[in-house]
Amino acid sequence: MPETTEPLLSVRDLMVEFPTRRGILRAIDRVSFDIAEGEVLGMVGESGAGKSLTGAAIIGLLEPPGRIAGGEIRLKGQRIDNLPAAGMRRIRGKRIGMVFQDPLTSLNPLYTVARQLVETIRTHMDVTDHEARERAIALLDRVGIPAARRRLDDYPHHFSGGMRQRVVIALALAAEPELVIADEPTTALDVSVQSQIIDLLKEICAERGAAVMLITHDMGVIAETADRVAVLYAGRLAEVGKVADVITNAEHPYTHGLMGSIPTLTQETDRLVQIPGAMPRLNAIPPGCAFNPRCDRAFARCLIERPDLIERPGGRQVACWLYDEAQEVAHG
Amino acid sequence: MAEALLQIEGLCRYFDVSKPWLNRVLEREERQFLTAVKDVNFEIRRGETFALVGESGSGKSTIAKMVVGLLAASEGRILFDGQEMSGTSGAAMRTLRRRFQMIFQDPFASLNPRWRVGDIIAEPIHTFGLLKGAAIRTRVGELLDTVGLSAADAEKFPHEFSGGQRQRIAIARALSSNPEFIVCDEPTSALDVSVQAQILNLMRDLQDEMGLTYLFISHDLSVVRHMANRIGVLYLGRLVEVAEGKTLFRAPEHPYTRMLLDAVPDLALSGRRRKPVEGEIPNPIDPPPGCPFHPRCPLVMDRCKRETPREVPTATGFAACFALEQETAA
Repeated sequence: MPETTEPLLSVRDLMVEFPTRRGILRAIDRVSFDIAEGEVLGMVGESGAGKSLTGAAIIGLLEPPGRIAGGEIRLKGQRIDNLPAAGMRRIRGKRIGMVFQDPLTSLNPLYTVARQLVETIRTHMDVTDHEARERAIALLDRVGIPAARRRLDDYPHHFSGGMRQRVVIALALAAEPELVIADEPTTALDVSVQSQIIDLLKEICAERGAAVMLITHDMGVIAETADRVAVLYAGRLAEVGKVADVITNAEHPYTHGLMGSIPTLTQETDRLVQIPGAMPRLNAIPPGCAFNPRCDRAFARCLIERPDLIERPGGRQVACWLYDEAQEVAHG
Repeated sequence: MAEALLQIEGLCRYFDVSKPWLNRVLEREERQFLTAVKDVNFEIRRGETFALVGESGSGKSTIAKMVVGLLAASEGRILFDGQEMSGTSGAAMRTLRRRFQMIFQDPFASLNPRWRVGDIIAEPIHTFGLLKGAAIRTRVGELLDTVGLSAADAEKFPHEFSGGQRQRIAIARALSSNPEFIVCDEPTSALDVSVQAQILNLMRDLQDEMGLTYLFISHDLSVVRHMANRIGVLYLGRLVEVAEGKTLFRAPEHPYTRMLLDAVPDLALSGRRRKPVEGEIPNPIDPPPGCPFHPRCPLVMDRCKRETPREVPTATGFAACFALEQETAA
C-alpha cells in the first residue's frame, strides 16, 4: 500500500475520564494511534483495559458521565472529538460505521430489517425510497443472507444469531463509511459462525476500501484478520505493531506474557505462561508503568516514571523502559 | 489402561417445551419436546481429563448437570465407580455425592454474596460431616492455601475478589469434600486469558497432586487441547466423535470435527486458507432427520438423510458417520 501522507484516523493523547464521588477515574490515559486507509487495526486487551471505551470515544458515544478529557481525534485531518451533536450525527453512520457485540440489542426488535436499512440509507444518502430498498436488498445479498428480497421484510427475531450479525454488518456498511468500528463482533457467536462473520467483515471492507478498527479480546481473531495490532493495558497502550511481529516476538513484557498464556491448537505445552496477579482497577493504577507490579523485568525507573510509546524498528512502538536507548546504554 | 470411574450409557434428556395446556387445545398443537441429549455413551477413566466440546445448544452443560445429579436423565444410565446413580438414594447416595463435585462457569453467580468465603468453602465439610469444630477452620485455611489464596481470606466476602480469585474459591469449595471426580463446566470462559492461564495451570497441578479425574466442558478447542487426554465432540445433543486429544487434533475423523477445527482462529499465523463453513446449527426442537449434521456436511449421502449413523470404532475412540463406515467396510 502506498504511503499516504495523512492517516484516515488519527488519535492523539486521548484521555477519557469518569468523574465519581470519590474522585476522577481515568479510564483511557494518553492513547495515541493511527489507522491508515483500508487498514485493519486490531485493538486487544483484557476486560476493563479500555478497548470499547476507545471505540465509543471515537464515534462519540461515550455514556455520561464519561467524557473526553483531553487529546484529539481526527478523521482525515478534521477534528471530530469536539463536534456538536448534530455534526457528529452526520459522521456517525455515514463516515464511521459501527458493529456491536450483540446483534439482538443493536437492531430494533419492533422494526423490520427493511425499515432499519432504508432509514439508515436515506438518512445519509440522497436516494428515493425505492432506490434505498434496492440498495438494502443488494447489501443483504452481499452479506450472505439467502433470499434477501423475501427476508427484507422480516423482523430481527426471524433471523438466527449469525444472520443477525450479518444484518448489522449490512447496516454498518449501508452508507459506505470510510471506517468501521467493530466491537467484539463475534463474541456472542459460535466458533463455526464466528469464522464466517470475520471472513465476511474482512472481505467486504477490503472490497469497499473501508478501514476497520477491530476490538476484541481474542488474539486468534486478531491474528487472522488484522494488519496491525494495538495492545491496551489499564487504559494505556503497551505495544503497537504488525500482527506477525507482535504475536511471534512480543517486546512488551505484558504482551509477551499474554501471548504465552494463550493455549494454541498446534503447540504442545505442559504449562501455560502465567502472569501473576490481575490488571489493576482504575482507582488503583500504580505510579510509573501500570504493569510494574506484575512485571518480572521491572526495575527502579518503572516504579516512578511512566514510559511513553518508544519507536522501534519495523514501525513498532513499545511502552517499556527496557527499550529506552539511554537505559540500554546504562545497563550495558 | 486405567479402570473407568464414570460410565455413561445411552444417556438421553428431553425437555418439555410445550405451550400451556389451554393454548395447545385452542391452537390444536401437539406437545413439543426438545431433545437436548440423545444416546450418549462414553466413559471416563480414573485420573484422566475427559473433555466435551461443542457449540451452544449441543448439550454439553445438560450432560454435566446429569452427571452430578442436578438434572435427572430421561433415559440411560450413569455409573459412578460401578454404582448406578439414578437408582441410589438416601445414605448410599450421600456417600457417593461426597466423591464428586462441580465447578461452574460464572464465579459471580456460583458464590453466595452474603456468605463469608470461609463459610462457602466449609459448607461441603458441614454437609457431609467430615470434620468438627476448630478442625474445619484449619482445613479451610489449608484449602485456600492450596488454591493460591491466603488463610486470612476466609473472613472476606466474595465481592472483595476478582473473577480469577473467585474461581479459585469455587475450586477450594469443590476440593473441600476430598472428591475424586470434578465436573468443570466452562470454568474459564468468564475469565480473561491471562487469568485463564493461572486457573488452568492450577487445575493441572491439583490433578497431579491429588489424582483427580476431570470432566472438562468447554467450547474453546485450544483450551480443551491443552487440558484433555480424551475428547468427545457433541453436535445437537449427540456425541459424534470420541478420540484421544492428540489424535483428534491431528486426524479428526468426523466431518463436523474437521469443520470445527478448521473454523478456530489460531495464533499460529499459518496463513492457512480456511474452508468456509456452511450454515448454522439447526433448531434443536426440530432437528433434521437422520444424521443431525447432514445439512451442513460436505460428505452427505442419501442414507445420512434417513438413518442415524452408528458409532464406528476409530484408532482411539469412535466416530458416528456413514462415510466413515463405508471407508472401514471397503
